[in-house]
Amino acid sequence: MKYKVFLIGIILLLQMFILLIPASFKNALAYQDTLEKIKNTGVLTWGFDAEGGAPYVFQDPKNPSKLIGFEVELVYAIARELGVKVQHFQNSWDSILLSLQRGDFDIALNGIEITPDRKQSVLFTRPYYVYTEQIVIRAFENRINSLDDLHGKKVGTLYNTVAKRMLDEMGDVNVSTYSGQVEPFKDLLLSRIDAVFVDFPIASYYAASNPQLRFIGQPVGEGYYGIAVRQEDNALAEKLNKIIEKLARDGELKEIYKRWGLWGSLQEKLFLHEGLLQRYAEMPPSISDRVPITITTFLPTLLKGALVTIGISILSMMLAVALGLFLTITRLYGNKWLQKISTAYIEIYRGTPLLIQLYILYYGLPNIGITLSAFAAAILGLGMNYAAYEAEIYRAGIEAIPKGQTEAAQSLGMSRRLTLKRIILPQALRVAIPPMTNDFIALFKDSSLVSVIAMVELTKSYSILAAASMNFFQLGIITALLYFGMSYPLSLYARRLEKKLRHNDQNK
Amino acid sequence: MIKINNLFKRYKEQPLFNGLSLDITKGSIVAIIGPSGSGKSTLLRCINGLVAFQGGYISINGYVLHGFNEQSYNKADVEITVKNIRKKVGMVFQQFNLFPHMTVICNITEAPIHVLGISKAEAESDADSLLRKVYLEEKAYRYPDQLSGGEQQRVAIARAMAMKPEIILFDEPTSSLDPEMIDEVLSVIKELTHEGITIVIATHEMGFAKDISTEVVFLEKGKIVEHGSPKEVFCNPQSERTKTFLSRFVKIQ
Ligand SMILES: Nc1ncnc2c1ncn2[C@@H]1O[C@H](COP(=O)(O)OP(=O)(O)OP(=O)(O)O)[C@@H](O)[C@H]1O
Ligand SMILES: [Mg+2]
Repeated sequence: MKYKVFLIGIILLLQMFILLIPASFKNALAYQDTLEKIKNTGVLTWGFDAEGGAPYVFQDPKNPSKLIGFEVELVYAIARELGVKVQHFQNSWDSILLSLQRGDFDIALNGIEITPDRKQSVLFTRPYYVYTEQIVIRAFENRINSLDDLHGKKVGTLYNTVAKRMLDEMGDVNVSTYSGQVEPFKDLLLSRIDAVFVDFPIASYYAASNPQLRFIGQPVGEGYYGIAVRQEDNALAEKLNKIIEKLARDGELKEIYKRWGLWGSLQEKLFLHEGLLQRYAEMPPSISDRVPITITTFLPTLLKGALVTIGISILSMMLAVALGLFLTITRLYGNKWLQKISTAYIEIYRGTPLLIQLYILYYGLPNIGITLSAFAAAILGLGMNYAAYEAEIYRAGIEAIPKGQTEAAQSLGMSRRLTLKRIILPQALRVAIPPMTNDFIALFKDSSLVSVIAMVELTKSYSILAAASMNFFQLGIITALLYFGMSYPLSLYARRLEKKLRHNDQNK
Repeated sequence: MIKINNLFKRYKEQPLFNGLSLDITKGSIVAIIGPSGSGKSTLLRCINGLVAFQGGYISINGYVLHGFNEQSYNKADVEITVKNIRKKVGMVFQQFNLFPHMTVICNITEAPIHVLGISKAEAESDADSLLRKVYLEEKAYRYPDQLSGGEQQRVAIARAMAMKPEIILFDEPTSSLDPEMIDEVLSVIKELTHEGITIVIATHEMGFAKDISTEVVFLEKGKIVEHGSPKEVFCNPQSERTKTFLSRFVKIQ
């Protein structure tokens, strides 16, 4: 009965939400013509993701407050031609087109491949770069010689890219997807994966100069990067097309690409022959059209993600429960040093973000020779973090047991150890169960954080699907409902337990 | 049997015992009386090592506990000594302190099984006969919170008896009981006096103390003011303090 009322509430809320959307959408688009706006304000707002990395847009290692990359130089050249200033807008790459549509910035220029499905939601200028996909392997790898050899191998690539889609279409490739560009190469060097398959500029920047890595196979999957603008900004797109053409013709584009080691026969083909420019822009990319995302395609993916989420949550909670108990006991009953160490552990883990802890475990530890799999890092990271919280719960539980219990046990000749095991802990754990259940619910939701270390659980499955389909709303609701459907029964259980314990106490 | 010699005890900077000495012979039943805060509980707790003391020593059947400021104090020895003493000395508390997560029978068999290493079957048959002695054989599988205060205290007595102690310390066993339950507990204690166990009982039940004890100790502000047979202490007290203290109870009787 309660459940029903709750569901109706949710549905009403959602409806209000949906009604509000168009209004806020129009507000964001106060300017009718973006080109006009850019000229009037003298500012071109540029959306990109610096986390995406080199050689596109990234922080200058010598001066981290400064952004460098071939696209930075390109955007500044374009702004110069427009006679305006550039304003930066950092945006997660996964949602860059969505933010463009929402009106957060004027142009999205960040290695965005021109694909038919993207063309349905945004307008692309003519291409400014021809990319290919490149296979990178370890220098001594000899099993892989071409794209076909990737069948059955563990291959790293980036989220929501053409390369990822090509691997998916091969069917039996074990694909690891990353959101940063550095991480796949790190994992390749650590043998966590067998190969990396990414756009050539990325491969060129991160791997070409590394003697431990090498390129293999013909460049494949030729495609184009274009500047994305909003669908209605025809005037802006026209203007940008002219500027790209000018930059190509007077050699400035070539200069920029040469500086970044990106100039090759392909670019030559695109930019140096008159007329070709136009043709390439109209040509559909060589990648076959994707199957549209429907309930039959996304639901299995989401459910698989949910299973991973459940598995990670249960295993890490088991670790948290055991390690937490160990921490509490050493903290309360250990010698001086053990007490200090456990206290420090608890304070440090509670006082630092889980996200940082995960990064250190997965990407930091290999520096000192410890290489964990993503799964192991996820469970260790979550488990070790929650152990600190469980330890505090147990401590509160133990301290709530009256002193008379210990005295009675001791007067019966029970040792400290036996007293703890037979008298104190059983009572303390009973008190601790409701807050532990609540913590498990929290851990369950926090498990979404492990997506940063290449674990594809429910949240990551959602963000991949959503970014690919641009359908953040419905998929988001479905994902949220999945989470809710899993955590709500636990919540009910925790509440029932609490009630039961309170009832027991009143009976005394 | 129990020899307390020149005991010094203070809590933080608050002195309590300044050289207290007391001998208790085997089989005697010693009632410790005195106003609240006089140190009755502390004295009992010193005897079974629940409370450490600064100076003097307590010897029980040859096991000697030294004050921790004494030269003869040795931390490693203390644990073993305390362990041995607790096997001989049982204790019953004012607040019962039963284990709430165990049934009555498990409360009783817990220590015999896990401390003495007696088999479960043997411990349970012992527990059965103890429960009969305290008239609770019906309640063996109840949990403590399903029992009245008097019943709980009788279980606590059976629990202490299950260790087959030579000495039992009672710390005001009836003080937190409703009046109608006091007698059932006192009569159980009285029956124990026929079993040859040495009993030390701190109590405010003067009638009971007079009735069952072989010796009475009147304690005030950490000092033994009067020590003698019940007749001597109750009928012919030597000190003024004892007289005033007892006069309050005479009226009630
Ligand atoms: N854990 C403790 N810490 C500090 N002082 C204590 C502690 N326990 C007892 N005391 C003090 O020692 C003195 C003796 O206390 P004790 O409990 O032994 O007296 P009592 O004779 O048992 O009193 P009552 O009849 O109220 O039980 C009191 O002044 C008390 O405040
Ligand atoms: Mg007392």
